Amino acid sequence: MNYSYYPGCTLKTKAQDLDRYGRESAQALGIVLEEIEDWQCCGAVYPMVRDEIATKLSAVRTLMAARDKGQKLVTLCSACHNVLTRVNNDMRTDEYIRSRANSYIAPAVPYAGETQVIHYLQLLRDEYGFDNLAKAVKKPLKGRRIGAYYGCLLLRPSKVMAFDDPENPRIIEDFVRALGATPVVYGMRNECCGAYVTLKDEAQARGNVDRIIRNARIQGAEELITACPLCMYNLKKHQDGSMPVRYITELLYEALGLGSADAEVAVVDGACSACGRAK
Amino acid sequence: MQMSEKDVAALVKEISGSDVKKCMKCGKCSATCPAYGEMRFHPHQFVSMVARGRVEELLKDPTVTRCLSCFACVERCPRGVEPANVVAAIRVLAEREQEGSNISPADVPKLVAGDPEIPQQALVSAFRKYRK
Ligand code: SF4
Ligand code: SF4
Ligand code: SF4
Ligand code: SF4
Repeated sequence: MNYSYYPGCTLKTKAQDLDRYGRESAQALGIVLEEIEDWQCCGAVYPMVRDEIATKLSAVRTLMAARDKGQKLVTLCSACHNVLTRVNNDMRTDEYIRSRANSYIAPAVPYAGETQVIHYLQLLRDEYGFDNLAKAVKKPLKGRRIGAYYGCLLLRPSKVMAFDDPENPRIIEDFVRALGATPVVYGMRNECCGAYVTLKDEAQARGNVDRIIRNARIQGAEELITACPLCMYNLKKHQDGSMPVRYITELLYEALGLGSADAEVAVVDGACSACGRAK
Repeated sequence: MQMSEKDVAALVKEISGSDVKKCMKCGKCSATCPAYGEMRFHPHQFVSMVARGRVEELLKDPTVTRCLSCFACVERCPRGVEPANVVAAIRVLAEREQEGSNISPADVPKLVAGDPEIPQQALVSAFRKYRK
């Protein structure tokens, strides 16, 4: 199975674990991810305003590259997935945006949203199959009580994202189950962590994260997983270090018996929990 | 040429693609907004003020950038009004007018020096929001 793959800027820098474990796990499962050549950053936030065309173009170029290869486009970062899926929807359904984007780029073959964008989790569920995944697991994560943190961008707006039930999603829980662990459902799993406002006002993000983690803990979660580098950052930074947070692909890598993903290192009171050095 | 407040309100409706008249004033968007305490105006107010052509106050309010673009208000509006798109339209128009920027490239080294773990995604999204 060959797919086009869009890693995005953060997976090349601060979130290399999300990327690396994702690629190695895919390879172990016989899934070939072909990185889009010369891709550009998607911009991270879907431009909601209809007359913003230029800011949608890098996403259109990526979508077009996958179309030209005749492949589905796999994403991993929640934010990339949101931007690419929504711009693709615009190109398919909005003549105003489609015609302007095409006249900017002037491609040999105009683009009209033909590419199918799928998230890594959908790749595992719909293309590979969670049943087959369960069979491929070599080291079941028995006894681990894992809370899925969905955040916003995979799910909303559901009319366009069509990822899962936006208020009661289960894809990550099913994924956790396939890996042999026990999913813990908690209500705040689809509420926002504070996103980029963390740069401007830590207190706002801290309040959000606090509510999320308290809720997860009360429901019995002992660790959380996410697909979003910014969720990861917020969830780790705005807590006391007692709730481990991992990427979905770290868990997968471990369950496939490829090795243990790097030990969880948290920052507690400004010092690294592993080495004690100030961070 | 200076646009009248009514013209600007019409522009907001156009570029947000939101049909503000469909709002039934149930308040669900604001009830679910995680930035409720940080924003001076709340999603339902954006919708009703734009519907009534009152955009000047909205355009002057700096707390509009506290919206997280979490789309909870969009998802949970029973009338499909998409309040976040109205918030985004106001923010973009304010930026275009003032060439305003909430983080500038000069801020980045300082931010990153303060916390080397800041993911690119946070910086890129902060830019997209605050500056063209
Ligand atoms: S969403 Fe993020 S990680 Fe994804 S490419 Fe865009 S900015 Fe970069
Ligand atoms: S929860 Fe926050 S960072 Fe995560 S997807 Fe939502 S906006 Fe992103
Ligand atoms: S998108 Fe903005 S206005 Fe809407 S609920 Fe989220 S933070 Fe509030
Ligand atoms: S949820 Fe929708 S209908 Fe209800 S007040 Fe908000 S915009 Fe209006």
